[in-house]
Formats: sequence, structure tokens, C-alpha cells
Amino acid sequence: MKNCLKRTGCPSIGELQNSPAFPKREDYLKGPIAVIECIEEIPCNPCETSCPKGAISIGKPITNLPRIDFDKCSGCGICAAACPGLAIYVKDYSYSDEEALITFPYEYLPLPKVGDTVTAAGRRGQEICRGKIIKVTQSKASNRTAMISMAYPKQFFDEVVTMKRLKAAE
Amino acid sequence: MNKVPLAVIGAGPAGLSAAIEAAKAGVKVLVLDENSKPGGQLFKQIHKFFGSREHKAGTRGFDIGTLLLEETKRLGIDVRLNTEVCGIDKDKNIWVIRNGKESSKIEAEAIVLASGATENAISFEGWTLPGVMGAGASQTMINVHRVLPGKKVVMLGSGNVGVIVSYQLLQAGAEVMAIVEAAPTLGGYGVHTAKVCRAGVPFYTSHTISKVIGKNSVEAVEIVQLDSSWQPVPGTEKLVEADTVCLATGLTPLVELAWIAGCEFCYIPELGGHVPIHDAYMETTVDRIFIAGDISGVEEASTAMEEGQLAGINAAAALGYIDGEERNRLSEQVWNKLDSLRCGVFGEKRKLAKERIIAAAKELVV
Repeated sequence: MKNCLKRTGCPSIGELQNSPAFPKREDYLKGPIAVIECIEEIPCNPCETSCPKGAISIGKPITNLPRIDFDKCSGCGICAAACPGLAIYVKDYSYSDEEALITFPYEYLPLPKVGDTVTAAGRRGQEICRGKIIKVTQSKASNRTAMISMAYPKQFFDEVVTMKRLKAAE
Repeated sequence: MNKVPLAVIGAGPAGLSAAIEAAKAGVKVLVLDENSKPGGQLFKQIHKFFGSREHKAGTRGFDIGTLLLEETKRLGIDVRLNTEVCGIDKDKNIWVIRNGKESSKIEAEAIVLASGATENAISFEGWTLPGVMGAGASQTMINVHRVLPGKKVVMLGSGNVGVIVSYQLLQAGAEVMAIVEAAPTLGGYGVHTAKVCRAGVPFYTSHTISKVIGKNSVEAVEIVQLDSSWQPVPGTEKLVEADTVCLATGLTPLVELAWIAGCEFCYIPELGGHVPIHDAYMETTVDRIFIAGDISGVEEASTAMEEGQLAGINAAAALGYIDGEERNRLSEQVWNKLDSLRCGVFGEKRKLAKERIIAAAKELVV
């Protein structure tokens, strides 16, 4: 029973750690890697079929939870852009001495701009810290989903998963 | 032309898929739809679909709608819009009203019924106030008409419709104040709930709406906690500021045409209630009347398209355009795709319910 996910809407760290794709501490030592927060058996596999390195496997049945081979994952983020559930982001602990980098899917307007300071947020949408926008991309493969790269202080490495939505200009 | 080999009623994902498969086999197909635009619900589905490549996973609903319409056009399928079907019989006579005034009769040799489903409403004090609407209605407003129904929304129901529409209301610029779920656990896919959770939307499980407060329209919503026997717990009432209430409390198959055609029915609560009995080829108990999509049990657009293909292939076979062996081969391909969509924690219940419908058909034959 996935109590936290099914009662509160988002998975707990414990539920994530019990899922086969969630990285362990040492996996982050290699540089940027994909983090998949998909802990429920749903019929879906674009992460597997989009990965150019063959690092993600689901197999048959299609409801299997994804697994990642972190020796193959380069953190390119193609899976994060392909995931219909917006359940994948890329995290890089080695970004700089003080900062980590997260690249996450974002489907709200207005989009942030490079150089903006935004509010980095956690799984409940709660404010965690400040973040700085490094890159905003919209590729054909991401099919209208923007990919946002945001640098933020390393001490909040685990908690940050997204940014707070920006208010539309009145 | 008032005689057609195949008439498809409903130009949504199931109906268009059925028409396309039958037309590919060489059948001349007429599609009828009461709406002014084809596509059913696809053009308001701005999210990416799940599934695998063969189910068009990762493609957004409205893009799938466009692909189906292009295919329909390429195959020369006649789609008559603003055409309401008001009656059919077991001999495949169809009575239609065009543009709300001209009536006529169409004689078909086979029919695919793909009429879809309708949203359920539930009642509570204040439910008739302006601002209380179906979740699907609000989705039509924001994604088709680009009108925001309100700025502060309370969503009742946490199934996939409730959480997907909540997300799209956020995308459209509204605030979702609460998602209220009577059951102790959330209904929709975890990736959808996590997405709205990340946007800061609070979920209230074991809660329901006790009343909606407002003079001329919605001003606030009172929610209350439910105990283990679904009874309100006095003293747990909580007021949520809102100007809009969306009801995502399930769908019911639109089965009237199948009733009047004389189809046998069975009752499958997991799929929305009374549904026409159909066999593994989507044929009802009335010869050459096929069904596909939500009319045969409420699922989702991906399964509706597969069922539509199945109905189209088998209607073409019934009309002699596909031989038995080829029909079986093509049907099996579609069944494999359907089975993959109906597995796992969410799909298993629907798969078992579907098997009960097909078992009911076999019993009738015996």
C-alpha cells in the first residue's frame, strides 16, 4: 500500500527509495542522472523507448516499474521530456562546489527566463530555497513541454524537485 | 444517399477509429455526429497520453484528434456533423435530424455505436448555484473555448478526470483550492496527483462537500470529513474560499440508442452502469450492431481507439470485406494492444469487468 502517495498525493522519500529506479547516494557521484518518481504500475513506457543509451528498462508487461542502469545514464534528459506523467527530472550534484543543478519539465506560462531568480519548491509545492534559472529549452521532442534547468544550494539537494509557478503579468 | 453499408454514430476517438479501419478494408462509411466539430473529447485533452508507441504515447490528445481527422479525410470518409441520431432499430434504420430541423432516414447494413458517455452530477445544498459544473464542462471551457470558469476552484473527485482537469485549470491560470475525495485514498494515477501536489494543491481524502455557500453564485464551499462508514463527522466542517466547484464524480455510458435497438444489457458498476452486452468482436446481441468506446464501459481515449479499431475491422468482416482468417489476425493484434492497456493495478479491474461482458455474450449464445 502506497500510503503517502495515495493519501497525500505525493510519494514519501521511503516510497521512492523502495521503487526500483530511484537513485542511491552513490549514483549521484557520476554527474547528472535521471531521477524517476514513478512508483505505481501504470501502462506506460516512453521513458524506456526514448532513452538513446538503453539505460531505462520496463519490458513486459508494460505496467512494470522502470529501472535505470546508472552506468549507462548520461543525464541527457530525453526521458524527462518524453514522460507523459512529468515524473522524471535530471539532477546533477557535481554542478559546482556550492550548487546543484536540476532540469525538470514545466508546463505553465509564463516561462521563467535565463538568469531569473525563482522559488525552488518541493514535492508538496512548498518553498525550499531560491533557485537561479540556467537554461530554458523547448525542443520538438519535448512536444510543447519546456525543460527548465535551475541551480540551487547543494544543502537542499534532495528536497527540491521543481519551482513555484510564476504569476502571469496582470 | 440514404443507403450505406456502414454507419458509425459518434465521431469521437472510438467512432473515428472504427470508421478508419472499415474504410481501409474498402467499406464506404458514413459517420454521424450531433456536434459541430468531430473528435469527441480529444480536442480538449491537452495532456500527453500514456501507453506505448503503438498507443501514440507521449502525443497530446488534440494532436491525436488531428491525426484521426487527417486519416478520415484521406480515406474519403463522409462525416456528417450537426446530425443528431434520434432513433435506430434492429433492422439498422437510422432516423436523424440535421441542423436541428431537417429529418431523414438512413438505411445501413451495419452500425457501430460510439456515442460515448455523460458526466455524473451529485447533489448537495447549493449545487444548483452558478459556478457548480461538471469537471469535463470546465475542461471544455478552458481548452476548447479558452474561457476560465472561475479563479478559485474546488474539485470533487480525485480520479484521473479530477486530477487531470485540476492540472489543466492551473495551466489555464486558475487556483485549485482543494481536491476533495470521499474515499480514504486518491483515485487517479500517482504521477497526476504528484504533479498537482507539486503545484501546492491540497488533497482532502475521506472528505466530501457538505454545502456550497453563495447568494447568486458560488462564494465558498463547506467540506466535511467522512468516517469509515462514509458518514459526515460533526464538527469537522471547514470552509474553503471558491467561486467554482467542479464535479469529477464519474461517467455513465450513453446507451439509449442501444436500448431502443433492442440490444441485451448487463450491469457493470466498475464501467459506469448498464452497458450493452458485446462479444470479443464488439458485436452486440443485435446482428451487425457493434459498439466501441465509453458506450461499452467507461475507460479512456486510448482504449476507446483500440475498441473502435476492433469494431471497424469486425463490421467490415460482417459486410464481407475481410475474410474470417484475416479478421481473426487483425482482431488479435488489437486485443494484444487492449490487454496491455488493461493490466496493472488500474487496468486489472476493467479487464475483469470486460471479461464479464464477453462471458455474458457467450452465455446468451448457449
